[in-house]
Amino acid sequence: RRAGARAAQAAARAAAAGPPRAGGRERSAAGAMEELDAEPPLMVVPGADPVARQLCFAWGPAEVLVCETLFGRRGTGEGGPSASRVFVVRKDQDIYIQTLRKLFNESHGIFIGLQRSEEELVGKSRKAQLVQVSKNYRSVIRACMEDMHQAACKFVSILSAMELIWNLCEILFVEAAAAGPLLLRLLDWVRLHVCDVDNMVREVLSSENPSKHKLFWNVVDVFVLQGRMDEARHLLSKEASANPTSVNMYKILDDLMKKMPVPSLGNTQTLTEMELKWQHWHEECQRYLQDGTFASNSHMESICKILLGDEDAILEKKELMTTWYHFLVTRLLYSHPTVKPMELRFYAQSSMDLFLGGESSPEPLDTILMAAFEFEMHQVIKECSIALSNWWFVAHLTDLLDHCKLLQSHNLYFGSNMREFLLLEYASGLFSHHSLWQLGVDYFDHCPEYGRVYLELHIERIPLNTEQKALKVLRICEQRQMHEQVRSICKIMAMKALRNNRLGSALSWSIRAKDAAFATLISDRFLKDYCERGCFSDLDLIDNLGPSMLLSDRLTFLGKYREFHRLYGEKRFSEAAKLLLMLMTAHIAPCSFWMTLLTDALPLLEQKEVVFSAEQTYELMRCLEDLTAGKSDKQKFQVDDVETMKVEMLRLALARNLARVIVKEGTLEGS
Amino acid sequence: MEEVCAKFVSQKISKTRWRPLPAAALQPPELFATGSWDNEDNRISIWSVGDLGNVGLNGEYQGEPQLLCDIRHDGDVMDMQFLDQERIVVASSTGTVTVFRHHQNNQTLSANHQWEKAHYHVDQNTSCGGAACTGVICNNPEIVTVGEDGRINLFRADQKNAVRTIDNADSSTLHAVTFLRTTEILTVNSIGQLKIWDLRQQKNEPSHIFSLTGDRVPLHCVDRHPSQQHIVATGGQDGMLSVWDIRHGTMPVSLLNAHEAEMWEVHFHPSNPDHLFTCSEDGSLWHWDTSTDVSEKPSFLHQGGRSATCFSHNIINQSVVSAWLSNDPTKDRMEITNLIPNQTLSVNSLDILGPCLVYGTDAEAIYVNRQLFA
Repeated sequence: RRAGARAAQAAARAAAAGPPRAGGRERSAAGAMEELDAEPPLMVVPGADPVARQLCFAWGPAEVLVCETLFGRRGTGEGGPSASRVFVVRKDQDIYIQTLRKLFNESHGIFIGLQRSEEELVGKSRKAQLVQVSKNYRSVIRACMEDMHQAACKFVSILSAMELIWNLCEILFVEAAAAGPLLLRLLDWVRLHVCDVDNMVREVLSSENPSKHKLFWNVVDVFVLQGRMDEARHLLSKEASANPTSVNMYKILDDLMKKMPVPSLGNTQTLTEMELKWQHWHEECQRYLQDGTFASNSHMESICKILLGDEDAILEKKELMTTWYHFLVTRLLYSHPTVKPMELRFYAQSSMDLFLGGESSPEPLDTILMAAFEFEMHQVIKECSIALSNWWFVAHLTDLLDHCKLLQSHNLYFGSNMREFLLLEYASGLFSHHSLWQLGVDYFDHCPEYGRVYLELHIERIPLNTEQKALKVLRICEQRQMHEQVRSICKIMAMKALRNNRLGSALSWSIRAKDAAFATLISDRFLKDYCERGCFSDLDLIDNLGPSMLLSDRLTFLGKYREFHRLYGEKRFSEAAKLLLMLMTAHIAPCSFWMTLLTDALPLLEQKEVVFSAEQTYELMRCLEDLTAGKSDKQKFQVDDVETMKVEMLRLALARNLARVIVKEGTLEGS
Repeated sequence: MEEVCAKFVSQKISKTRWRPLPAAALQPPELFATGSWDNEDNRISIWSVGDLGNVGLNGEYQGEPQLLCDIRHDGDVMDMQFLDQERIVVASSTGTVTVFRHHQNNQTLSANHQWEKAHYHVDQNTSCGGAACTGVICNNPEIVTVGEDGRINLFRADQKNAVRTIDNADSSTLHAVTFLRTTEILTVNSIGQLKIWDLRQQKNEPSHIFSLTGDRVPLHCVDRHPSQQHIVATGGQDGMLSVWDIRHGTMPVSLLNAHEAEMWEVHFHPSNPDHLFTCSEDGSLWHWDTSTDVSEKPSFLHQGGRSATCFSHNIINQSVVSAWLSNDPTKDRMEITNLIPNQTLSVNSLDILGPCLVYGTDAEAIYVNRQLFA
């Protein structure tokens, strides 16, 4: 119980004390006043002068805005013209490293793959799958390191540390290797990562006569310390052939090295069997050492001591191991080959103490590895968050561990759980990047609690410089039914188009957003343009409105009015007349436009053939009367002469039409 | 799939184009160009997939694209076409059209010629107001560009000013352009219309307008059948592939349900036009094959690991013989293969030449497949 509580606390702390975050954010939520785990790092804003002026700041989603104020340091308000500069301080700086973009993109694919691989697989195959995912992540890190090596980038050491930690976590947590195989994995781990001696090995092996090389024994020791028995024996055999006098001695050592029992990966032997064999072999080594077989050769004697797991003998080779965790693994190999996962912590602690010997204090990497050996997963994540300047590592590692079902019982006292918290931070960082924001979307998708809200807030802040980019953002929103954002993006694009006098585009965008109000606004612009110029622009669009015409009344009117013009142009007068009348009587046309419509009726009234029927003419007359009657007296006075003349002309034309139609209808009925 | 080589390039790729082969060439293409978008610093890059020197005779390096040279480009690369073996025409989101020259002797790129603000809103002379140039097509020496401003420009490679400009050619955004014949071009726009323009005629109106019925789904890409010029394929916002017979009617001959999101590019195979390739925002790239007879069973396990699906397509027109238009019952099926197994981010561009396919994605990777029909 107690351990659980501690772990939860650690988790909360880990999340609250991320690298560049200044302290004091949402910290008192649970009421428990905790101490900061690490002093927040001091960030110098180049160009800003906090000695001369007070600075002010504002939080952004992934950035902080800082600017100099007018106030002096001592409150004397010394003023003076301010530099008037605003600084953008970024939290996740690693996001901006060019060569790391490969890491972000490739790991994004792996991340998505992991989320999609639903837990249909159980037991072993699921574990194999997760181990494979972990290996994929590591191979991406390694590929990135290679690129950086070529570019001689200073970030390589950080990547290599990340890979080292990840690999250890993979062995201990993801694969959860059992006693026996555990040691083999740790050996692989050490061999892969302790590369400092590789150059020496290469130099000796490539020399003309390795056994005469001054570093020959060093290389043999390296092989023995790393448990690379075959390679060590191979080298020794060369030395043996050069020294026929002591060939017997070499043979015995070679035999011991050959016979050394190693844990098997399969189930071919039980641990007890292994331990029995080990005991036997150990005693044999002991015998040879005691009867002084190797006394004549100090090198071989020390190797024999190493085989016996003599700590002092191993420690003598300190500089060949370079790190305490190498020492730990060598020590385990020769004294506790069947170490159980839970026993690791004791050996790890003592190995570190012995190796460092109080000379130097452990560095962050040592603390992280120690926490891993202690199976304090949350501690690992917390320490990594403090030590690394990016969220990529902790976010992906935590997600993987979460998929291994190792983190589920712990919730933070704020936000959701640790996995989600870290993913949100990482994805927010991606969104602050001008180009990587697309990756962030998928991370938010896999944060069940707050992902959606974060996405909504971030996606609206993406600058939309081309329509194509807008379409991509829009697709993201539409796929997630984010109607509010869809509307806002379309509105932004419609406004832009309108400002650029692209009415057609503007209308298309508002139709896409189903934004009736805006469609009305644009329709009015079209109609205004028509009234001013006497012809329609953008006919290709208006003629093809189709069902989208129904979006707003004004748009319907625009479409229908254009249809009237088309019919008129095609000399289909009676259809045109019917449509024109309908536009008024069905109140599709806005009142302000009735006069224009009635004026449009004029040429129809004056046609040789009678177009409007008597009934239609009465309707037209009523429309005209409605229009003039609707205006208040005050407005009437303002009506200019042109308007009055128009009305008079219309009345006259209507009357004449009515006369003609009565005659025509009368004669038709009479005949 | 070992035959596909991937390379992460740390920039989102908007266009990939093979360098055209000299007329008599028999070997597969070796060079291609890419353009990036949405970066603070966008670039045009030239890549080689040929066997440079003796790198890995049987080794891993063979096939992985090697960067030969690159150059900064102002604005997003919206479209890109090779004018000839050495020159590339690039359309920018700033409205500028640039001709870059690739100097093959010292592997450098330089800007050869530039039409600033070939596309613009309101006023060409103000400091701002460039409109994205969305499409470019070349027929040496002629270059046609279209843009968000609904404008069509006709340039000649070494002339300073536009030969012809059609202002307000379209009231909506023009998304792509291609040559139909030497004097006629095809454009597609954001309200689902396909228009034919005859550049010989002086009036600024299209000679034909074809349109999708109903929802006016925007069209994003267009390509013409290389040998049968009346067959045109377009791809739309809903991922639908439309095949048009521009001799008849005003509507597409067939509508084929395809991708789940915007289809960004469609290409007939230049020498093997029974094959068609499309790519989409949904992260997929499809190979449409009408050359298979149904007599041989549609194989779902064809070319292990790929998912093959058969679609029957609804045909309206009956009178044409091409596999793309025919509804002959034996030909009424085509084999469709998705060439990308684990799709994530958008595939923005593809190009095919001979047996080689190149495509680029928003996941900042370029992929080359050199044995397309293996």
